[in-house]
Amino acid sequence: MTDTVLNTTPLPELKPSRENTPLSRALIVVAYIVLIAVALVMFVPFLFSVATSFKTPPDATALTFDTMFWPPNPTVDAYRTAFESNIARWFLNSTMVAVAWILCRVTFATLAGYAFARMDFPGRDFIFTLLVSTMMVPGIVLIIPRFMLLQDMKLYNTYGALIVPFMVDVFGIFLMKQFFESIPIDLEEAARIDGASRYQIFRTIVLPITTPALSALAIFSFQGSWNNFLEPLMYVTGGNTNLYTLPVGLANFRSLYLTNWPVLMAIAVITTVPMAIFFLVFQRYFIESNISAGIKG
Amino acid sequence: MLNMSRKRSRNPLATEDRIAGYLFIAPAMVILILFVFWPIARIVWLSFHEWSVITPEKPFVGLDNYRKLVGQRDFQVALRNTMWLSFGVVPTQTLIALVLAVIANQKIRGRGFFRTAFYFPSISSTVVISVIFLWLYQQNGLVNFVLRKLNLPTPMPPWLANPKGVLAMALNSMGIDHVNPWLAGPSVALLSIMMMIVWTSVGGIMVIFLAGLQGLPEDVYEAAALDGATRKQMFWQITVPMLKPIIFFVVTLGLIGTFQVFDQIFVMSQGGPAKTTLTLGYLVYQEGFTNFSMGYASAIAMTLFAIILTIYFIQRRFLRYNA
Repeated sequence: MTDTVLNTTPLPELKPSRENTPLSRALIVVAYIVLIAVALVMFVPFLFSVATSFKTPPDATALTFDTMFWPPNPTVDAYRTAFESNIARWFLNSTMVAVAWILCRVTFATLAGYAFARMDFPGRDFIFTLLVSTMMVPGIVLIIPRFMLLQDMKLYNTYGALIVPFMVDVFGIFLMKQFFESIPIDLEEAARIDGASRYQIFRTIVLPITTPALSALAIFSFQGSWNNFLEPLMYVTGGNTNLYTLPVGLANFRSLYLTNWPVLMAIAVITTVPMAIFFLVFQRYFIESNISAGIKG
Repeated sequence: MLNMSRKRSRNPLATEDRIAGYLFIAPAMVILILFVFWPIARIVWLSFHEWSVITPEKPFVGLDNYRKLVGQRDFQVALRNTMWLSFGVVPTQTLIALVLAVIANQKIRGRGFFRTAFYFPSISSTVVISVIFLWLYQQNGLVNFVLRKLNLPTPMPPWLANPKGVLAMALNSMGIDHVNPWLAGPSVALLSIMMMIVWTSVGGIMVIFLAGLQGLPEDVYEAAALDGATRKQMFWQITVPMLKPIIFFVVTLGLIGTFQVFDQIFVMSQGGPAKTTLTLGYLVYQEGFTNFSMGYASAIAMTLFAIILTIYFIQRRFLRYNA
C-alpha cells in the first residue's frame, strides 16, 4: 500500500472497482446525485465570484435567480478600479517570489534528497530523522523568531524576507528521498563500475529521470508561495505596498473596499486565475504530490 | 515511521560519499539551521523574556509570560474557540472525505472530473476563499438567498456577525437558560468559518483516501464476499482498518492545520464578534504584532505547540498506529 505513486507517469488510471460486488442501479443513481451535488457546492462559490466581478455594485447585492451567474449590465469597472491600485506590482511580486521559491527548493531538495537516499555518510539517518521531526512544528511557532532573525539580518521589509526563509522545505527533501529510493539503483551501479564520480552519476544518470518528481515539487512550491499569507504579512511593514504579494494586497483591499463586492471579487479572480491555469495544465502532478504526501505519512 | 535500515553494501564510493554527502546536504542544512532549528531554540528562550520590538532590550521575566497566560481571559476564550474549531472540523472533514472517496471509487463515469472539481478549493488561496465566503455569508449574500428560497430560517444577526453559541441556542430553545460558556458551543460566526474550512479541505483529503482505496488488495474483498459479508460490514471491517495509517496522517495534518488557523480569521472576523472567533493562532498575532508583547506571544505559541503534540500522541495511541 505504501508504494510510490510519485514516479508513475502518467497518473495511474483509476482502477475499476470490485467486480464481485456490483452496485445496484439505485445505488449508482444515489452515488451520482451525491457527487454532482458536492461538485455544485464546490463550483458555485467560484462561479458566483466571477459573475459578481463583472457586475455593478447595486446589481451585485440585488440577487435574483436570473442575474445570479449572469451580470444584467456587464461591466469591467471593478477590474478598472483594481488596476488603479498597485495590483500589477503585487502580481509581479507574487510571480518573482514564486519563481525564486521553485528554483531554490527544487535545487536544494534534490541535492539533499539524493544524498539521504543514496550516500553513506556518518550521521545520515540521525540528521534525516531530526529534519522529519521538524515537520510537526506548526508554522505559527516560527513566525516570531524568524521575524527577529530577519531584523538581525537586515532582511526585514525586503524581498529577502519573502524568499530566504523559504528556500528549503523539509517536505521537499522527504519527497525527493522517497523518489530516489523508488528508482532502480542498477544504472548508477553500472556507471560506478565504469569509474564515474558521484557528481557525474548524479548529473548524467539521475537528474534526467527525475523530471516527474521535480515537477511535483515545483508545483508544490508554486502553490505554497502563491498562497502564502501569514508570513509576507508579518515580514513586510503594513505601509510598504510595493512589497505586497497578491494575498496581502487582497486582504488589504478588503479593509479599504469593505462592501464593494465586485472590486473584491475582481481581485480574487485575478489572484486565482494563474493558479487555476497552472492546476488545469499540471493537474496530474498536483494530485500526485498530494497523494504521495498522504501515502508516505 | 520511516524505513531507515538500508543495507550498507560494500561501496567503492565510500570515502567520496562521506564528503559528497555533506556537500549535497550543506545548502539545505544552512537554511534549515538558520530558519528552523535556530528559531525553535529562540522561541523557547523568548518565551521566558519580554520584548516590545520597539527597543532592543529583552529582559528576563522567568515564568511570568506563562503565568499571565493561565489567568488571561483572552487565552481561555481562544483555547475554547480553537478546540471547538479543531474538534468540529477534523472529524467532519475526514468522514466526509472518506465517504466521498468510497463513492468516487465505485464503477461510475467521470470520476476524474469529480476528483478535479473537489480538489480545486484545497489549492486555492485561503485569503481568496475567505473573501469569497465573506460575500456569500452577508445578510444579502448567496447563502441567505438560497435559505430564503427554500423557506428555511436565516440566522439573525447574519452569519459572521452572530456571536450566539449554537449549542446554547439549542438548549435555550428547550427551555434551559444560563449555559456555561464552555458548553455554549461554537458561535454561529465560528461555525460559518468551520463550514468554510471543511469546504476547502475535503477535496484534498478525498484525493488522499482515493489513492489509499486504490491500493487496497482485491482478494480480501473477494474472500469477504464469498463469506457473505455485506457492503457495510466490508466498509467497517476491511476498508476502515486498512486505511488506518492514512486516517492517522489526515487527522494529524488536520489537527496541526486547525490549531493554527489564522488567515481566515484575519480576513473575515478579526476575532469578533464578542471574541467568539478569536483563535490561538490569531491571539499570537494580536499579542505579538499589534500589542508588541513578543515574549507573551511566544509563550502562547509554545503552549499551542505543546497542545498539538499532546493531542498528536493521544490520537496516535487511539488509532494504534504502528509502522
